[in-house]
Amino acid sequence: MLRRMLGTAAASLLLAFGAGAEELSGPAPGFSLMSRSGELVSLEDLKGQVVMINFWATWCAPCRREMPHLEALHQRYSNLGFTLLGVNVDENTSGVEKFLKETPVSFEVLYDPANEVSALYDVVAMPSTVMVDRHGNLRYMHHGYQSGYEHEYQAQIRALLRE
Amino acid sequence: MAATDSGRGAAVAAAALAALLALASAALAGVLPEERADVLFHSYDGGGVTIQGPSLLVRKQFADKFSASANYYVDRVSSASIDVVTTASPYTEERTQYSVGFDYLHDSWLLSLGYTSSEENDYSAETFSIGVSQDFFGDLTTLSLGYSVGSDEVRRRGDSAFSAAVDRRQYRLGLSQILTRSLLLGFSFETITDEGFLNNPYRSVRFADEESVLGYSWEAEVYPRTRTSDAAAIRLRYYLPYRAALHAEYRAYTDTWDIGADTFELGYTHPLESGWTLEGRIRRYSQTAASFYRDLFPRSGFQNFMARDKELSTFDSTSFRLGASYDVLRGGWRFVERGSLNIAYDRIRFEYADFRDVRLGGPVGEEPLYTFDADVVQVYMSFWF
Amino acid sequence: MTPMTPMTYGTGMLRAAGLALIAVLPLAAGCAIEPWVKPYERDRIADPIMSWDRDPVSSAYMHHVYEAREGARGATGSAGGGCGCN
Repeated sequence: MLRRMLGTAAASLLLAFGAGAEELSGPAPGFSLMSRSGELVSLEDLKGQVVMINFWATWCAPCRREMPHLEALHQRYSNLGFTLLGVNVDENTSGVEKFLKETPVSFEVLYDPANEVSALYDVVAMPSTVMVDRHGNLRYMHHGYQSGYEHEYQAQIRALLRE
Repeated sequence: MAATDSGRGAAVAAAALAALLALASAALAGVLPEERADVLFHSYDGGGVTIQGPSLLVRKQFADKFSASANYYVDRVSSASIDVVTTASPYTEERTQYSVGFDYLHDSWLLSLGYTSSEENDYSAETFSIGVSQDFFGDLTTLSLGYSVGSDEVRRRGDSAFSAAVDRRQYRLGLSQILTRSLLLGFSFETITDEGFLNNPYRSVRFADEESVLGYSWEAEVYPRTRTSDAAAIRLRYYLPYRAALHAEYRAYTDTWDIGADTFELGYTHPLESGWTLEGRIRRYSQTAASFYRDLFPRSGFQNFMARDKELSTFDSTSFRLGASYDVLRGGWRFVERGSLNIAYDRIRFEYADFRDVRLGGPVGEEPLYTFDADVVQVYMSFWF
Repeated sequence: MTPMTPMTYGTGMLRAAGLALIAVLPLAAGCAIEPWVKPYERDRIADPIMSWDRDPVSSAYMHHVYEAREGARGATGSAGGGCGCN
C-alpha cells in the first residue's frame, strides 16, 4: 500500500516536471457551460471520472495542431472513466462550427465566449490543459502545446485512471 | 547602369533587408514564423522604366524550434528613364537576388539569421543579418533588435578596370505593444551607415556652360564617401468591430546628407464573407534635397560634392493602392492548410520641385519641373501548410 | 556646404532609441505586471488581417520599389502582436 502510494507520488512528480507541466492542488473550480449540442455541461456532474479540460481557440495554431491528439486520447480512454472537455474561447462561435466541420472531434466542445471559465482557471497560455482527478481535484496544468506533449497527457491520464 | 539610380547600394541593401525581413516575417517571439510558400510576379512601369520579374518564398518549420526560409527574386529591367535618355542610351539588364533565413525559438526568445546575395552585371551585394526578438508582460510587448552588415562591389560597364566597394551597417530596434484587444502599436528605429563609393558611376551633374550649344554641359557627379541615416516610425493597427482593420503609419527620416523625409500611410483591409478580402491604401512621401544636390550648378567643379540624382532632390510621391485577395483551399488539400490568390495595383505619382525635365527644352535652369506616374502590379499566390 | 560628419550626427536618433530600450528593460527584468489582454482574449489580434505583415513577399517588393526611388530608407517593419500562443 505504502509502496503503491510512493510509486504513484514518484510517478506524479516525474509527470509533473515533464515538458510544460505544473503540479496543482485543491478542488477544481466548478462551472457550467453550454455545449455544441445545446446541453448544459457541469464539471460537478463528472465527479468520479478523470477530466481533462483543454482551453483552445480556432485562431491559435498550436491548439489546432493539438486537436487530432486530443481526439485520439478521447477515443482511447473515454470508456475507461475519462472525459475530455474542449473549452473554446472564440469570441465568435460561428467560426468554431466551420472549423469543426472540417476537423470533426467526438469529445464535448463547450463554449466560453465571455471567458469566464478561462479567467476562473487562470489560463496564462493558449492552449492550456488541466487534469482533474476522480475526486474533483486539480492535478496538473500544461501551458502551451509542443510536439510530444500528447505523451505527457497520456501518461497522466493513465496514472489518474489507476488511482 | 542600374535602374535604381544613385544610392543603388542603398536600394540593393533595402531590397536585401526587405527580403530578410520578409523571411523573418513579423516573427512573433514565442511562435516561429508561419510556414508558407509564395509565388509572386511583379511589374513596374513608369518614367520610361519597365521592370518585371518573379519573387518566390518558401518557409518550413522543424521540430517546433527551427525554421528555415529561402527567397529568389529577379528584376528584369528595361530602362529609358530621364537620366538614361539625357546622358546615355536605353539599356536592359537583369538583377538576381537570393536570400536564406534561419530562425531558432527558445522559450520566448527568437533568434534570426539571414544572408542575401544580389548580382547584376555591374553591381554585386552581400548582406548578413542577425536579429533577436523577445516577449514581455504576458506577451503583450515584443522587443526586437537587429544588426546587418553588407558589402558591395560597384563596377562599370565598358570599363573592366573600374571596381569600387561599399560597406553598409544597419542597426534596428523595434518595440511592439498590444494596447487593447483591438489595438496594436509599434515603434521602429533604424540607423544605417554607408561608406565607400556611394554614387552611380554613370551619372552626371549639369552645370551652366555658355560655350555649349544647349547652354549647359555635364560632368561626373561627386558624392561624400560616408552617409549615416536615422529613421523612426510609429504604426497603429486597429480592429473594427465588424471585422476589418485600419492601419496608420508615420516615419521620420534624416541623414548626414541633409535629406529630410516624412512618410504617411493609411490603409484599410476589409474581408468579405465570400472569401474575398479587399484592401485600400494611400501613401504620401515628402523629401527635402541633399545639401549637395542641384539641378543646375553655376559652373564646372562648383563645390566638393555635387549631385543631380532626382532621388536626392526635393519631391513628393503620392500613391494609391487597391488590392484584392481570394481565399482558396479553405478545407485544406493534402499538406496545404489554406491558400490565397492575390492581385494588387499601385499608382504612384512623383512630383519634383527642383529636378527639371531637360528633354522638354526651355531656358537653361527654367525647364519644366519633372513629374511622372508609375503603375505597379503584383499578382501572387500564397499557400500555408 | 559640406555634410555633417556621421559621428556628430547619426548618434542622435540611436541615442533616443537606446533610451527607450533602457527604459523598458529594467521593467521587463523584474516587474510582474498583469497582462490586461489575457492570452484567451487575443482572437482579434491573432486575426490575419491584424498582422503587421500579411504578405511579406509583396511588402518586401513594395519597400524595394520605394527605396530605390526615394532618399529615405529604414524603419519599415514591425514585429509582435499575433496569437501569443505557447
